Amino acid sequence: MLGKGLLQGLAVTAKNLVGSYHDPARYVTQEYPEVPPKLPEAYRNFPFLVSETADDPMGTLRCVACQICEKECPPQCIYIEKSKDKKPDATGKPQIYPAVFAIDTAVCMSCQICVEVCPFDAIKMDQEFAIAATDRFGGLLLNREQLAKPNAYYHQIHPTEAAEVDARLAAERRAAEEKARLAAAAKAAPKAAAPASAAMSPTRTAPAPTAAVPPPAPPPSSP
Amino acid sequence: MMLPDPAATGLARVRKIEGDALGLRTPAFAPTEGAGDLLEVSLGPHHPSTHGVFRMDVVLDGERIVRLKPVFGYLHRNHEKLGEATSYLGSMPYTDRLDYLNSMTNNWAYALAVEKLAGIPVTERAEYVRVVLAELSRLLNHTCLAGFLMQDCGCSGTPLMYAFREREKILDLFESLSGSRMMCNVQRFGGCRVDPSAEWLAATRRLVDGYGAFLDEFEALLSGNEIVMARTQGVGRLPAALAVNAGITGPMLRASGVGHDLRKVDGYGVYPRFNFRVPIGRDGDVYDRYMVRMLEMRESIAILDQALRDLPGGPILDPKAKQRGLRPKAGEAYGRIEGPKGEIGFFLVSDGTGNPTRYRVRAPSFVNLTVLEDLCLGHTVADAVIILGSIDIVLGEVDR
Repeated sequence: MLGKGLLQGLAVTAKNLVGSYHDPARYVTQEYPEVPPKLPEAYRNFPFLVSETADDPMGTLRCVACQICEKECPPQCIYIEKSKDKKPDATGKPQIYPAVFAIDTAVCMSCQICVEVCPFDAIKMDQEFAIAATDRFGGLLLNREQLAKPNAYYHQIHPTEAAEVDARLAAERRAAEEKARLAAAAKAAPKAAAPASAAMSPTRTAPAPTAAVPPPAPPPSSP
Repeated sequence: MMLPDPAATGLARVRKIEGDALGLRTPAFAPTEGAGDLLEVSLGPHHPSTHGVFRMDVVLDGERIVRLKPVFGYLHRNHEKLGEATSYLGSMPYTDRLDYLNSMTNNWAYALAVEKLAGIPVTERAEYVRVVLAELSRLLNHTCLAGFLMQDCGCSGTPLMYAFREREKILDLFESLSGSRMMCNVQRFGGCRVDPSAEWLAATRRLVDGYGAFLDEFEALLSGNEIVMARTQGVGRLPAALAVNAGITGPMLRASGVGHDLRKVDGYGVYPRFNFRVPIGRDGDVYDRYMVRMLEMRESIAILDQALRDLPGGPILDPKAKQRGLRPKAGEAYGRIEGPKGEIGFFLVSDGTGNPTRYRVRAPSFVNLTVLEDLCLGHTVADAVIILGSIDIVLGEVDR
């Protein structure tokens, strides 16, 4: 019968219209600017640098300026300059730190490859999506002061992932300390103890793709 | 061309209500030679019906199209040359941006090419997860396509909004798994970057279980609708011979009655383990292209059902599989899969360094677009719009 399909279709739209008032599953409107969206834990947008504490973010950056992320970044939006001197890291070991660490968020495509290749868990994905700037170049080019966020913030946005990272880092630290203790005990032997950083990779158990990456060579000492 | 035996693959024919039987008939077109002046019209590049920045230079005789020239390249991003300057891992997020509705299948095709090139085995769990993600992507693509096609037909709003409502559910799944709605970037060489949790799988199961009901509703709205039949049946016929000769793939080829589906022909991944049928059309018109996609979604639901049921445990990514600094031995590889739009393939040539020396994308939308003029000749401008809609192009992939 001609018109049967049309009537059937109208019945569908009528059902949907009624449903949109009575079916809670169909209340889909979000009052966005007033009510912030509930983002899934995995949500990612733009990287940030993890610092151990909020009080001294520049002094406790995990980044050791190894420049792997700078090299691997597909759109080449990361710029790093190594420091000339060394500063003690969280374990007290002197490390090179990034004198300049800048990310051009106008170029960044939030692909997460910097996070995957970082052997130090120093760069992680943020969830900040409402970025606006009046200046296209300076305003969107974030320097290390703007990028640094404390580990507590990381726990807040990616709780599961951050807990895994903390557990792994703690295990690595324990292994390094154990190794250092053994090395100190065996001081009498002429063989020098292996550098503590060599203990980093074998303790990795998480199926993160970075596990395939060999531990980076210890940073060359500055001339 | 290698075609599967229809009996072996269990082809499903489109069930079609004939518009003619209901008294709906598209008037035949007889070109009138020299009857009047021809009019050249430029449709696009900023026309909503062109699905992006695409332009059609049409020459009209009255209301009928006598010549059509597709003009594209407005969205050219140098994708292939960038691929030659980027490491193998670095190209992965760029593939998201080809067909930006289906980053899951783009990722898979690229990962497959690199895995072939470097000889990387894929973990069992990842193979199943890839199938789940690819079929979800197919549901998303075909649902959107049907909505857009109806929008092109002039049915402004309702089907598109219903389609987007369902698409949003799939995008939520993608976002909670990969962290991004569209630029998912989940595949890695030898597996996937992320391992779906039990909650994610349960949510996917709920979506899959409810999707059939949505399709029933959507089809009740559209498939038997007399206006849809009048607008789409007999419009933009693609003969099977032309489709094969032009290298058309995907639902568009199958709508013309050619049962060619890489999931059956190549049997890549773990597809041979699943029981599903390949829907084919009869006339190759816009209606068949719509209907084939509707039926394909039903088959996708069947595949998802089986994949979610059989999903094995184990690692999702071999921790020894090299991602960064991959240097495959000199050689070449072509990885192709059945994307929602057709055969999406990546051809890579390695000279042993960290970047491919040649990186080529076989984009289904681009190849499918080449027959646009053949489909549109003799039809009206309004028909050209729905023919373009039924080809299912994404300009990110056409222009690259």
